[in-house]
Formats: sequence, C-alpha cells, structure tokens
Amino acid sequence: MQLTINGKPRSFEVDSFSVAQLVRHLELTGKRLAIERNGEIVPRSQFDQTQLADGDKLEIVGAVGGG
Amino acid sequence: MSDLLKIADKSYRSRLLVGTGKYKDFAETRAAIDASGAEIITVAIRRTNIGQTAGEPSLLDFLPPEEFTYLPNTAGCYTADDAVRTLRLARELLDGHKLVKLEVLGDPNTLYPNMIETIAAAKTLVKDGFDVMVYCSDDPIIAKQLEEIGCCAVMPLASLIGSGMGILNPWNLQIIIENAKIPVLVDAGVGTASDAAIAMELGCQGVLMNTAIAAARNPVLMAGAMKKAVEAGREAYLAGRMPKKLYSASPSSPTTGLIA
Repeated sequence: MQLTINGKPRSFEVDSFSVAQLVRHLELTGKRLAIERNGEIVPRSQFDQTQLADGDKLEIVGAVGGG
Repeated sequence: MSDLLKIADKSYRSRLLVGTGKYKDFAETRAAIDASGAEIITVAIRRTNIGQTAGEPSLLDFLPPEEFTYLPNTAGCYTADDAVRTLRLARELLDGHKLVKLEVLGDPNTLYPNMIETIAAAKTLVKDGFDVMVYCSDDPIIAKQLEEIGCCAVMPLASLIGSGMGILNPWNLQIIIENAKIPVLVDAGVGTASDAAIAMELGCQGVLMNTAIAAARNPVLMAGAMKKAVEAGREAYLAGRMPKKLYSASPSSPTTGLIA
C-alpha cells in the first residue's frame, strides 16, 4: 500500500491499515495530533474503524511554538 | 478591583497574550511565559516529524493545555481555505477547542495581512462555530466589518509582524477602539515595554506579542517588563489621564506663603 504522509510518499507491506495502526506503526502513540485524510479530518474517536486505502494522502499535525 | 479581560464569554486576569515561537528552547519559553503572567498563549499548527520524534519533548509537555488557554493560529496561511483547514485541524487537535487566532498573510516579506482572504475565512469560521480573534490591518472599516461578521475580538497590527516598530498609527487605533463593541487587542509590532503601555493607554483591551519578548537579549526579563507595562497602561487608561496643555499657570506647589 502506498500512502502520502505529510507530503512524502511511503510504502507499506500490507494491503490495509487502520489509522490507529498507522499511528502505532509511526511510533506516534500518545502524542497529541490531528489527522486529515484526503482533505477530511479523521476524528480521534474514529482512528480504529477508519481503514486507509492505497493512494490516500494524509496530513498529520501537532502544535508547535508560534506567534 | 476586578478588571477582567472578557473574550467570548470567558474572563482572564492577564491582558497580555503571548506567542510561543522563536525561543532558544522549551525551558526558556516556559520561563518567559511564566514571567509574562499570560493566560492565553498562541501556538502554530505544523506537520509532525515522522520517525525522528520518539521520546523528543514537545511544546505541550512544557505548556500543558490544562494550565493555559491555547490560541491556535494560522500563521503561514496565505488563503482563506488554508486558514480554515488549519483551524479545523487545531480544533480536532485540542479536543473541540473553539477559540482561535485567524491571520491570513498577503506577502512573505512584510507579512502584511490579506484582508480580503481574512474576511472570507472569518465568515466561514464564525458559521462553523469558532470564536475568532482576528489579526487585521488598522483600517477602522475593516475592523468594523470583522465585528459585524461575528468575530469575538479584532487585533489590528501596531506595525508589521516581527518589526518591533511600535504603534505607527495611534489615531487609527483610537478610531477602531471607539467604534468597537468587541475587545480590540494590538497584535504585532510591539518592540518594547513602552509600546505595550501606549497601546493600553489608548484603550486597547489587551496586547498580543511574541518577538518583542523572544528576541530580547533577556527574554524572561522582558516578559516581566511587558507584564508591568500592560498593567500600568491599563491602570493609566482607567485612571484617565490629565489633559495635555502647552503650558500651565497652575503650579503644583502653593503660590502663597512664599518668603519675601
């Protein structure tokens, strides 16, 4: 499965993946973040049941210092 | 005397709002914010570093969202769509948090706001249930329009972001303040404590700054100075200053009882 995460293409040796599994795979568990899939926000409560598909574009963001 | 800053039905003791960018490290960020006494702090929303962040401290570890009111911003956005998208992500990130700072920039060199895009974004965000504090030019007509759209605070620039040039047009600010029924805060351009005091003396409800503190030689000391300046300016405004006169025939000491 091919995904684009934060603008970078990434390949995974699985056919399907939930958002929750992806978060664990990327070692982001426990971090405060928000995820957008193909321009739509995936609420945290739906990470488990949201299945990713080949070609999905994801934005994973967090809060950083700013003015 | 309780003199609270009210924004979108919530009250705050501090009228100084601060950014969290440009500090040496998170420890300095925290120390400066503590010295400033700020309760509302701005944060930016950015892509998470993937694969190199395990165990790395984050801003939120040093500034827990339970202790402060986070004000996510749209810094770096040049279109209404990007700004709206960013703040929807921020709302999800911060568990449904509604208070946001909208800014849509028009030019990467001056960082001057694009008010056409800002107004478009403000309309969408207000409809979407956000409490929008909006960074804007110091144009009184624009400020009024943003109020009419339903923004909860207007935040005209004192001068350009990061310039430290102070308040360039106190007359426009005064018109904006006189016409506004929502809080007016100066955002951007404050360089030193006297700038913040002048903004408050003009009748601003608060001041938002980042670089003036973070880029000082001693940020923590400057944060304390800004806290005092905002408080002093506010008290001077409430006290009502004496009228300015070119000269006065009324000395402070008695005119009688002088030795001859």
